[in-house]
This record gives sequence, structure tokens and C-alpha cells, in this order.
Amino acid sequence: MSEVLVLVDHIDGEVKKVTFELLTAARRIGEPSAVVVGTPGTAAKVRDALARYGAAKVYAAESEDAVTYLTTPKVDALATLAGSASPAAVLISATVEGKEVAGRLAARLNSGLLVDVVDIDADGVGTQSIFGGAFVVKAKVGNGLPVITVRPGGVEAEEADGAAAEAAVELPAVDAAKSARITGREQIVGGDRPELTEASVVVSGGRGVGSAESFAVVEKLADTLGGAVGASRAAVDSGYYPHQFQVGQTGKTVSPQLYIALGISGAIQHRAGMQTSKTIIAVNKDAEAPIFEIADFGVVGDLFQVAPQLTEAVAKRKG
Amino acid sequence: MNIVVLVKQVPDTWSERKLTDADHTLDRESADAVLDEINERAVEEALKLQEAHGGEVTVLAMGPDRATEAIRKALSMGADKAIHVSDAALHGSDVLATAKVLAKAIGTVEGVDLVIAGNEATDGRAGAIPAILAELLGLPQVTQVRKVEIDGTTVKAERETEEGVAFLEATLPAVVSVTEKINEPRYPSFKGIMAAKKKKVDTLSVADLGLDPAEVGLTGAWSSVLEAAPKPPRSAGQRVEDDGNGGAQIAEYLVGQKLI
Repeated sequence: MSEVLVLVDHIDGEVKKVTFELLTAARRIGEPSAVVVGTPGTAAKVRDALARYGAAKVYAAESEDAVTYLTTPKVDALATLAGSASPAAVLISATVEGKEVAGRLAARLNSGLLVDVVDIDADGVGTQSIFGGAFVVKAKVGNGLPVITVRPGGVEAEEADGAAAEAAVELPAVDAAKSARITGREQIVGGDRPELTEASVVVSGGRGVGSAESFAVVEKLADTLGGAVGASRAAVDSGYYPHQFQVGQTGKTVSPQLYIALGISGAIQHRAGMQTSKTIIAVNKDAEAPIFEIADFGVVGDLFQVAPQLTEAVAKRKG
Repeated sequence: MNIVVLVKQVPDTWSERKLTDADHTLDRESADAVLDEINERAVEEALKLQEAHGGEVTVLAMGPDRATEAIRKALSMGADKAIHVSDAALHGSDVLATAKVLAKAIGTVEGVDLVIAGNEATDGRAGAIPAILAELLGLPQVTQVRKVEIDGTTVKAERETEEGVAFLEATLPAVVSVTEKINEPRYPSFKGIMAAKKKKVDTLSVADLGLDPAEVGLTGAWSSVLEAAPKPPRSAGQRVEDDGNGGAQIAEYLVGQKLI
């Protein structure tokens, strides 16, 4: 069976959920090989986690430069392996950086590229949800090695035993004239909440929340459900919540198991970022709000009555 | 400081966007076309850098004849001249073919120090063109930035992604892409609109760029759409009026769906 390369998303030795989703998707096409690009010792740290989700091999592309230059070390590692391992496909998470790495890799290898698929089958046919979920497209790479980015939350991660045999990959020296150097980083301080695009539950607030202070209602519900907090553009533009949490056309695209929209009218720009959520719950005062057209369960009412009651009910159930 | 700014005309996100039945490409006629909002910010940043460091700002667009509207808008904001790559052979070009064409077109501008683009278009949303351009042109990739400054021959920038902020440094020439947070674009003045009508717009074909038409468009695309269909609209599910019990009803629904 052919290898399928999966670029591992990790922060300081902690593997992100999307990587497990990619390993699960890779098993449909062939034998998953995880590619770890990081400082020396990173692959050893993440090996067990990768083995749990079926990685047959773990390629360690490690050097000090691997994390001090933007995207090029990742592209170099994957391009090297594309030559030596003759993989059937390369899967990369459809994050901001993942999409850039994938684009560069496809250009370097002269391969076809599929962007932001929400599902993938054994033949490498990807399903895409475009125009904010208004169209469903099935597409396939016809020439060269398929480079595919997969939307976080698109494929459900399933555990499987993998040998996770480690093999080293030598990274070429970075050409400083062709790369941007990273001189410092600030991680997002998200507290204990999961990251927006990775969370299985997202609770979002809109203009109806009314103020920055009132967002506490949204946060409480999110925390009780173990979810992330999102906001509509209207709420962000009004200064209720920081931009990094914006869901929609000009913000993040999320695809959680459960999306709860509080006081969000549901303009197409917002729906673009959440329409592929598995279950959608909406609470809005306005019975005519378009969000109800796509909600699996909607309550016409005051979110300040409904959300705390829901929070309490969930808390009670969780004991 | 010679700067090339990439602009794109896109279907307005407020209008209905469709794919054509014939070849699954974007139905550009069915929707209102506008200059993509993020491009205005790219143009604004180019003009600001020009104000500080001098040089010339060239607008580059690839697209059908209609794209001239987007080009004029960028020129009316203050850009000096424009290149419009327009060719029937480009219809259906994928991300990689588009990047190849843009890279060639950038090559026709002399002494380019910076290429500035928006981080992601609202129609394709691939978000990869600036990175691919860096790859093809062999230049540093300084993308997804909310702040950029030039210090001699060095570009310094703050990149913001879902992972947080990274501080970047690279030598010129470089490829930059900007996010929504970079600036507030200016409105074209009446004088600017009048002046834009006289500015030079070079129209180039695929052959002018030395590319083979077979490398671009639908025939040159290395990925193909097998099928495309409007998503069956997500049907509205259950909806209830809150009678003081709405929160509990949601909880019941979530239990029924095994979500809690």
C-alpha cells in the first residue's frame, strides 16, 4: 500500500486534533506517514500520539532552523519525501499556514492541488463546500501527486494502532534571501478554551448580545459545554469581542459538531463560516432572522433568558 | 520602492453566487462584481509605503474585460499604472495556473521591490496565491500580516494566524499579503477618479507573457471538478417560541441528539 504523507500540526510537542483527523482520512487512501517538522527531539515527543491514530511511519525533519523560518522548512521536508517515498497523496490541514504550505508544495512539485476539502474518499476525490456552503463540489487531482488541504473538523478522528516507525529526513539549508525569518512569536492566549477552528462545540454571540460585558453569558455556556467562543462580524465591529474570534466570510471557518448562535441574525457572511457545522442551534428575538432557516433547533426568545437556563441544564446533566 | 499590487474582481458576497452548469466555473455574469474588499487594503498599504519611500505603484489584475472596473477603482485611489492580463484562454484557470500567470506578469515590471496582495479572495478562498508567488519568484514570503514596515532593504511585519502572532523579517524584494486589520482604505477623491481615467493600463495576453495557452485555463488545470451542485438548502428544523422554558428545551434536544 502506498504511503500518504500527513503534515503534523503541533505546538511545543502537543499534536493538534486536526492531525488525528488527517491521519484518519489518510487511512482511507493508503498507509499514513506522519511528517514532523520541528526542533530536534520533537518527533520523539509526539510519536505516541501519532501511533494512536494509525501512523505507520513518523518522519522527523528536525533542525533549529525548522521553526525560525516561515513555511519553507515544511515545504522542503514534504518535497524531499515526495521524491523519496513516492506517496499517493499529501494531506495538510486547511489552516492559514497549511494552505500556504500546500500551495507552495504543489507549485514546486508541479502537482494538482485541492483546497479545503471537508471529506475525502479512497480514490482521493475531495468534497468541497464553497460560497459559504451554498455549493457542494467534488473534485479530483488529475496530474501529479495530489496535495490536499482538509478543513479542521471535516473528518472525524478515529483511533487505530500504528507502528509509528521513526525515520529521519534531512532538511536542506535555508536560503535566507528566499525566506522570511521569524524573530519572535506570541501565542494566542485562549485560556482553557479550545481553539475556535478545532473545537467540537462553538458558542457564538452576535449583535444581540449588546455589549462586551454581556458576552459573559456566551462564555459561560461555552465553558459548560467545553467549547470555544465565537462572534459575528457585527459583534466584533461593535467592539464586543476580539477579532481573532470572528466567525464568517472575513473571519474563521468552523465546522464543529455543535454550533450555538446567540443573538446572531445569520447574514450570508456569517453563514459562510459555520454552515457546515453538524448541528446548529439558534436563539434570537426576531422570528424572521435568517439564522432560523438553517438551524436544526431554534428558539425565538431572549438569549439572556434562554442561554443561562441552557447553561444550568447542561451543568446539571454533567453533574 | 516599486510596488506591484494584486487586485481581483469578485462577485459581491451580498449577491447570489453560482457555478455555471456547462463547466463548473464561477458564473461571473450572474452576480454583481466588485473590487474585493481586501484588495483595497492592499492598495492602501502600497500607497502608504509609496508616500514614505517614493517609487511607483503598479496594479496587476487577471480576469475578463469586466475586471477593468476593479483596476480603475485601484487607480482612482492613487496607484500609478496598471497591467490587465486578459485572455479567453484563462477561463477556468486553477490556483496554480493563476499564480503562474501572475508571476510572469510581475516579471514584466522592472525593479520590483515588493509585491502586495490581499491574504485571501472572497470567492475562491484558497488563500495560497501570495505564498505560491513567493515560491515561483524565489522571494521571501511575508504573508498574513497586520502590520508592515520597510527599514532600508529589510521588511519587518507582524503575521497573524489562528496560532497567534509571528514577527517576521526578510530582505527585499519580497511578497507581502495583508489581512483585514492592516489599515482602513481611503475613498477615491473626485480628482482621483478623474485622474484614473487617464492612467495607463497595459493589456497583456497569455502569449504576451510567453506562456502556452495549454498551461492555463481549464485544459491546464491539474485538478478537475467531477460534479458540482447547489447544496440542498439546510432545511429549517424545529422552532419554538420561548415560553420561559426555551433553554431547557434546547437541552432536551441536545440530549436527544447525544450531543450532551
